[in-house]
Amino acid sequence: MPPPSATDLSQRSAIAVSFAGFRAAWRSVLAYVVIGTYVGIGALTHDFGFGLGWAVASTALVWAGPAQVILVSALGAGAAPIETALAVGVSSARLLPMVISLLPLIRRPKTPFRALILPVHLTAVTMWIEALRLLPHVPREARIPFANGVGLGFMSAAQVGTLVGYYLATSLPPLLTAGLLFLTPISFLISTTRNCRLVSDWLALVLGLVLGPLMAAWQMGLDLLWTGIVAGSLAYGIHRLREALK
Amino acid sequence: MSELHAYALLVLVGFLPSEIWRVLGLVAARGIVDESELFMWVRAVAIAVLAGVIAKIILFPPGTLASVPLVIRLCAIVGGFAAFLFVRRSVLTGVVAGEVVLTVGALAYGI
Repeated sequence: MPPPSATDLSQRSAIAVSFAGFRAAWRSVLAYVVIGTYVGIGALTHDFGFGLGWAVASTALVWAGPAQVILVSALGAGAAPIETALAVGVSSARLLPMVISLLPLIRRPKTPFRALILPVHLTAVTMWIEALRLLPHVPREARIPFANGVGLGFMSAAQVGTLVGYYLATSLPPLLTAGLLFLTPISFLISTTRNCRLVSDWLALVLGLVLGPLMAAWQMGLDLLWTGIVAGSLAYGIHRLREALK
Repeated sequence: MSELHAYALLVLVGFLPSEIWRVLGLVAARGIVDESELFMWVRAVAIAVLAGVIAKIILFPPGTLASVPLVIRLCAIVGGFAAFLFVRRSVLTGVVAGEVVLTVGALAYGI
């Protein structure tokens, strides 16, 4: 998809810019990946006996696929709330570096704190991937409404998936749900590769793929955050060393 | 579980433990400028976390994906990635190719 032109966006109202972001989300393959993923989550929510309103509220409030899977299956299976909260928190730790690396792109010196609340809540893997790719082509003053539009676009796709999955729950064959679950790793891998620009980005991707399972097998808790810190720092360090040696 | 109780749990056990990381990010991002060295490091950390998520789902898959053998899951992710690299770097092509390999493999295995 061609990025929106800079002169075009800077002259439009915040609502028009948000709408451009919303459309950009729906033109991304990731919107359809989100629908597929949330069909699986909607079906799971139904199977564990939660209401439709609860399923929709969960997608809007939690807005993190893996966390929702844990929440539904743990609570549905009668796990203690505190245990469930810990598991959800551990799985959502990935949002921290994403928010930190998104904000410097959208914030301006005088941006009020309240203007950042919505884009921060809307931050999820899909929104982060497409925002990082598209925002450099968007004029800075239009970036917050544009990012909000991208986030709301993906969230609306997720709600479509949640509804479809909730209603189809009993009739989904296992082969289809396996394929839906596979959408997340394949689309995240490809979209992240497409976003890699710097040597440190590439190294972080490869090192993370290797270290992630090792850290998980080690069962030390917060393994994803440790993977990020160790692999990300190594990647950044090697990149700096190469620059210094040039 | 009563209706109200379910919604209370959603907020306390689902929403808050996720949102806390977003709010922490909002606080931690103060003073970080894009194009800076710190920004590049955080970006590398975020990419590595995501790579970890991808590898974990393939090696320790959730739900029905676990019924597909590891070798088929690996072939599907490598095949999808190769299709993306060699066919005009198209995300759609890569995702579809990966899903086709997974489905054909699973059918051949008898799922």
